Amino acid sequence: MRNPTATQLLFEMSCAGRGTEVFPASDVPDVTGVPKIGADFLASGPLPLPEIAEPDVVRHFVNLSTLNMSVDSHFYPLGSCTMKYNPKRHERLARLPQAANSHPYQSESQVQGLLSVLYEMQTMLAEISGLPGVSLHPAAGAQGEFTALLTAAAWFRDRGENRTRVLFPASAHGTNPASAALAGFECVQLSGGRDGFVDLEELKAHLDERTAVFMVTNPNTLGLFERDIAVVSEMLHSVGGLVYIDGANMNAILGRTRPGDFGGDMMHYNVHKTFTGPHGAGGPGAGPIAVRDFLAPFLPAPVVTFDAARNWYSLSVPEKSIGRVRTFFGNVGILLRGYFYIRTLGGRGLREASENAVLNANYLLSQVKDFLEVPHGDRCMHEFVASAKRQKDLTGVTTMDIAKRLLDYGFHAPTVYFPLVVEEALMMEPTETESLQTLDAFAGALRKICSEPAELVKGAPHSTAVCRPDEVNAARKPVLCWSAPNC
Amino acid sequence: MAYLFDTPEQRKIMFDAIGIASIDELFQQIPAELQLKRELDLPPALSELALEQDMQRRLGSAGGRGTCFLGGGVYDHFIPAVVDEITSRGEFYTAYTPYQAEASQGTLQAFYEYQTLISQLTGMDVSNASLYEGGTAVSEAVFMAMRINGRHGRVAIAGTLHPEYRQVLETYCSRLGTELVEIPHTNGVISAEACRAALDSETCAVVLQQPNFFGCLEDIRGLTDIAHAAGALSILAFDAVSPGMLKRPGEYGVDIAVAEGQPLGTPLQYGGPLLGIFTCRGDYVRKMPGRLIGKTTDRKGKECFVLNLQTREQHIRRDKATSNICTNQGLLALRTTVFLATVGPAGMRQMATLSHQKARYAAELLTAIPGVSLKFPGAFFREFLLETPLPACDMLKALSDRGYDVGPDMGRFSLTSVDGWQNCFLVALTEKRTRAEIEGLADAMRGVLERV
Repeated sequence: MRNPTATQLLFEMSCAGRGTEVFPASDVPDVTGVPKIGADFLASGPLPLPEIAEPDVVRHFVNLSTLNMSVDSHFYPLGSCTMKYNPKRHERLARLPQAANSHPYQSESQVQGLLSVLYEMQTMLAEISGLPGVSLHPAAGAQGEFTALLTAAAWFRDRGENRTRVLFPASAHGTNPASAALAGFECVQLSGGRDGFVDLEELKAHLDERTAVFMVTNPNTLGLFERDIAVVSEMLHSVGGLVYIDGANMNAILGRTRPGDFGGDMMHYNVHKTFTGPHGAGGPGAGPIAVRDFLAPFLPAPVVTFDAARNWYSLSVPEKSIGRVRTFFGNVGILLRGYFYIRTLGGRGLREASENAVLNANYLLSQVKDFLEVPHGDRCMHEFVASAKRQKDLTGVTTMDIAKRLLDYGFHAPTVYFPLVVEEALMMEPTETESLQTLDAFAGALRKICSEPAELVKGAPHSTAVCRPDEVNAARKPVLCWSAPNC
Repeated sequence: MAYLFDTPEQRKIMFDAIGIASIDELFQQIPAELQLKRELDLPPALSELALEQDMQRRLGSAGGRGTCFLGGGVYDHFIPAVVDEITSRGEFYTAYTPYQAEASQGTLQAFYEYQTLISQLTGMDVSNASLYEGGTAVSEAVFMAMRINGRHGRVAIAGTLHPEYRQVLETYCSRLGTELVEIPHTNGVISAEACRAALDSETCAVVLQQPNFFGCLEDIRGLTDIAHAAGALSILAFDAVSPGMLKRPGEYGVDIAVAEGQPLGTPLQYGGPLLGIFTCRGDYVRKMPGRLIGKTTDRKGKECFVLNLQTREQHIRRDKATSNICTNQGLLALRTTVFLATVGPAGMRQMATLSHQKARYAAELLTAIPGVSLKFPGAFFREFLLETPLPACDMLKALSDRGYDVGPDMGRFSLTSVDGWQNCFLVALTEKRTRAEIEGLADAMRGVLERV
């Protein structure tokens, strides 16, 4: 039962003088022999934070949590995000003392166990990608892209080349151009072929001595494996450029093919997607990168190395490292969850996970294609993109309306309006951890929605706490912070 | 294999619906010559129990860890049980970015509360919903400053800034041709003269830290005025615990204030995941990186929350976005929200004051040991740079052998701007350190030096 009192804002619950005792009184004497902080530096009064007793804090957040959909509570087919089950065993293991409580400046001898796990993770990610150089630093996929582009830039510079352009298809994730721009490259967007694949002629026309990197997601964001990827790679290499694989869709190909085998020179993993680090309501993720051997000397510092003779793990700086891309080592807590997952599944299990992700996506596609357009064919990898353009033209019901109506049926919506190359896009990724019954129920709800009166669907959602927040007005006059009523 | 449901009969139903006879048919989309013809060479699959046993063996012990006096950006603070309890709810940690507002009001409201709590903590107008960690937050702040004043030539960096923050900034700026100018410190702080001398009409921003990397307090107000007079922005990295006792960044008039949020409810985890706190003046909000949650109303006029000002972000603006960040540190922001809601203003004051009192007590006991002294004369908050007659790496190793983990030492960063850096290291205190532990550390250090 919903409790509206408890979901007031924290600030409205505050009552002066209330609170929870967490810290003890001081057990050390006042001293006089060290310099005293001058009055100029001291706060003039207590912080204006809310004052709330612990039981009310708990009730507040527990009630807030019930306003969310999540993988634990709902089917969450958010395409490109790989919302698979987050195993509970990972959560407990990530709290083991050396994992949870090690300070990053702990001496190497105190973290040998942890470093051994991280080293093994580097090795496993190299094997899964077919790319031998691995850096665990990047905090998320976008930072992985940025890091890899800097690594590539350093390699070009080392060869005395100044290459200025990064190319990507129009179907690319927004992070690709954003990372390329951040890394100081000129962005060149290719429109791609009508069939959803890279257009080789178009690509060829844009390749020259300025080309640094072609960034491509494979399988691409339409859920299709780029069948000409080996040719694409040869074309890039023939002009001295590199191929970057956005690994957001690795869940489709684990153990079936490897970026290093199909011509990728570098890639990032999204550990929170493929290897099921929980998505945490927006993060944290982990975006380790894997690169070819000739790029490895340029990877960010430090990497974990192993001296077999001494049986000793250490942190070391690659020979021509680009330097640091973040403080300390990496999102270790998320990397560990990915490690636990890989150890649980093993090589065969990972391949089966991908096979079942692809099976589930193709089954779902087969169940929706007779009432929703699927512009790019009736085979897909781990996800596919449907279009509600027909519905929109006929009845005025849009993709957004369908997405909102799905919430009424107890399903999270697919990714909507992405990729940009499909009108009224609905990008569905069921993942392997959903049963036939769940897929049938979801397809059934979608089918029903497509035959419901337009007015009903356009008015959705009807069952959620709120309905269609006004985003335009929110952006016009941003209210980003609560402030006390005038009194 | 783990986590799968469907029986052979069910798979048959799916195969028939798709029109395939085997799973291999689905993978014919991948050209045969690109397919892996062998199994991945990975360690064998483990059951839950076997994995638990292996991990207990490798991660289950503290690895010979001692009492933690380690600092340098993240600290061993206490985390109330309620923080773990709330953030362990699957409704929070297995959700994703709140793209569908109606299905994410819990997350959206919590992040709106986070933004407000961080504004209250910092005295700054606006907070975003998190960046990766403190170091990248500094780099994002510099990029934002470039967007604001259009100056790309130079950035002045305090010589007292965390060296890893500086290293990250060097990497982030490496392709821009922006020159990083170090403002040298005098006795561990930045003087007005040194700051003034480092600025010119091409300087985009001054990057400062309070308390600085050495633990000392800077005249942020004075340095900010100097930056503004030169047309540069003032960027401050502050200790997230310090506002419990010290002036808030907003009171110094800085333009952008960032922090490592780890001390407010996040475990150390060998340095990640952490929480990048990012705040700025209200008039710069449209130049900010990262997600922002806004309050609005729904169709029925009901107050609610949405992702706001998304046209700044990469999924809309692509190469013109204010940052490439997509996945952020949501769950850590939630931890900090629950933490601040629980401890409140009294708890923040106590946490800061206890850390400070214990740092003073530790400094007094340690500097009473012959040959041991504070490197710099100024006041400190919860961390201080100590110099002893021994090379710091030897001293820290000897202390560690006696059960006390102290540091980092300056040699780790080749901080040659400190005279005698070879013998200097940081000592950090939190509310968790007891009198007995502090006295134990002093005895241990005395013992080490007596044996020399």
